[in-house]
Amino acid sequence: MNALISGAPSAGLAPLPRAQAKRTPQRVLPGFKLTLGYTVLYLCLIVLIPITALFFKTFTLTWEQFVLAVTSPRVLASYRLTFGASLIAALVNLVFGLLLAWVLVRYKFPGKKIVDALVDLPFALPTAVAGISLTALLAGNGWLGQYLEPMGIKLAFTPAGVVIALIFVGMPFVVRTVQPVLEDAEKELEEAATALGANRLQIFTKVIFPHIAPALLTGFAMAFARAIGEYGSVIFIAGNMPMVSEITPLIIIGKLEQYDYAGATAVAVVMLLISFILLLVINALQTWQRKAMGASS
Amino acid sequence: MSGPSSQPVRRVQAGTTEAPWVRYLLITVALLFVLLFLVLPLAAVFTEALRKGAGAYLDALKEPDAWSAIKLTLIAAAIAVPLNLVFGVAAAWAIAKYEFRGKSFLTTLVDLPFSVSPVVAGLMYVLLFGAQGWFGPWLQAHDVKIIFAVPGIVLATVFVTFPFIARELIPLMQAQGSDEEQAAIVLGATGWQTFRHVTLPNIKWGLIYGVILCNARAMGEFGAVSVVSGHIRGQTNTLPLHVEILYNEYQSVAAFAVASLLAILALVTLAIKSVAEWRHEAEMKAAAELPPERPQALAVVR
Repeated sequence: MNALISGAPSAGLAPLPRAQAKRTPQRVLPGFKLTLGYTVLYLCLIVLIPITALFFKTFTLTWEQFVLAVTSPRVLASYRLTFGASLIAALVNLVFGLLLAWVLVRYKFPGKKIVDALVDLPFALPTAVAGISLTALLAGNGWLGQYLEPMGIKLAFTPAGVVIALIFVGMPFVVRTVQPVLEDAEKELEEAATALGANRLQIFTKVIFPHIAPALLTGFAMAFARAIGEYGSVIFIAGNMPMVSEITPLIIIGKLEQYDYAGATAVAVVMLLISFILLLVINALQTWQRKAMGASS
Repeated sequence: MSGPSSQPVRRVQAGTTEAPWVRYLLITVALLFVLLFLVLPLAAVFTEALRKGAGAYLDALKEPDAWSAIKLTLIAAAIAVPLNLVFGVAAAWAIAKYEFRGKSFLTTLVDLPFSVSPVVAGLMYVLLFGAQGWFGPWLQAHDVKIIFAVPGIVLATVFVTFPFIARELIPLMQAQGSDEEQAAIVLGATGWQTFRHVTLPNIKWGLIYGVILCNARAMGEFGAVSVVSGHIRGQTNTLPLHVEILYNEYQSVAAFAVASLLAILALVTLAIKSVAEWRHEAEMKAAAELPPERPQALAVVR
């Protein structure tokens, strides 16, 4: 009957199989031209024209100037920090996000509903608040910092602090993409595997993991993409030392404050191209996930 | 015969869950992670804000600059959220109810602002409307200020919250199909009546969910707003920017007091969101128990 989407990640757009809509006579419903026209107009005004402006601005630079602006040692160091920290943070979120989704779907424990609601906190809490709060916790006189610093672990105002902030902002993605897929997983498969003599670890690696792998990767890619662009939570905790703990978005702000618009735009274009690539990767992953879901049900 | 048949049943049950010690270990680790990364930062905001007592806390909130920041934040959200609400409903209607060429490309474009760094988003508007931007000279000649003024802040907020409502509604409306709407049209309802009485009740919870997340982000946006605001105290400071200024001036208590307002906003957002989800699930369950004459109620969403 109806296309039954199950396990479409709440954080992602999930265009459905089109079979159903094709079968029904098209455009019986009014408002197609109006809504599509408005959608395209609004999209152009708010998103497409500004992005075009960004690309056009880089054309005022020669190719040599552009390369020089985006490959200066300070900018290169910022790429290394931004990508390295984002990758580590997304990996941590991959592991703990899977664990959290698993615990929330499979087990019962007191306060489960509160924990489930709290997972979305990084979406709802302004990044600047998260930034100053994490800094207050990890600074030398903070709740955690006062115990960690005597042990020689310095987190605030170091690249490690950047990773902590990025773990915070990216946390909900993996949980929220994996959760519905896990909820949807058929227990019968696990029962069959058990009846065939598989142990729990084998069942996880051979039955459950392949089923949730696409969702897991989608969540990982979303957390990574979010971390790369993140600004608010990081600048408070990073210390922002050039070459050491300066993220790429901060480089853009720095260039803007020196009225180096062309330089800021060049670095911004690099970041924008990277986000386009990540968006395409995420889209491909979601298509794969839907296909995997469709094949299994 | 009863011996062998009861044996597999027990093994099957054991096979679909873990040993108790594994369960408790996993739950403990997960809760520790939540405690460290979610509960502690949230608790720290309120503790730091109340460090010098309730008096200092209230004084920080009574400051005129804090008030103007609150006002500006409310204005920006009050413009951005309705704009993106209208857009979200229109986009979801067009994408979910019709087939047309380039639909999946359009859906990707709607998602685009999420993957653009907020700082880059702010920069784009500076390049359009700033003094050296495309429209800069024209705006200066006509004495219109957008960058380093309120309109720029609103534009940046609209950009970063652009997809929130649309991306909640599109999968929801696609899953629901358009059978009910078509029935309403065939029975003689106008387009608006159909939307108001058929579609809207079906998408109610998704809509609420999208609006409150959009609102939370609109009030809390930092990076994009920071680029276009110019940080003029009492004029172009939103609450998050005010937090930054106070924090950089080492007025820790005041910074955390203002931050606590935003943390309360976040908690209220989570509460409304959870209630909306629970209600939605309850309605889904009720719909699933309906007799099979209404199979479309079974379309499972989220």
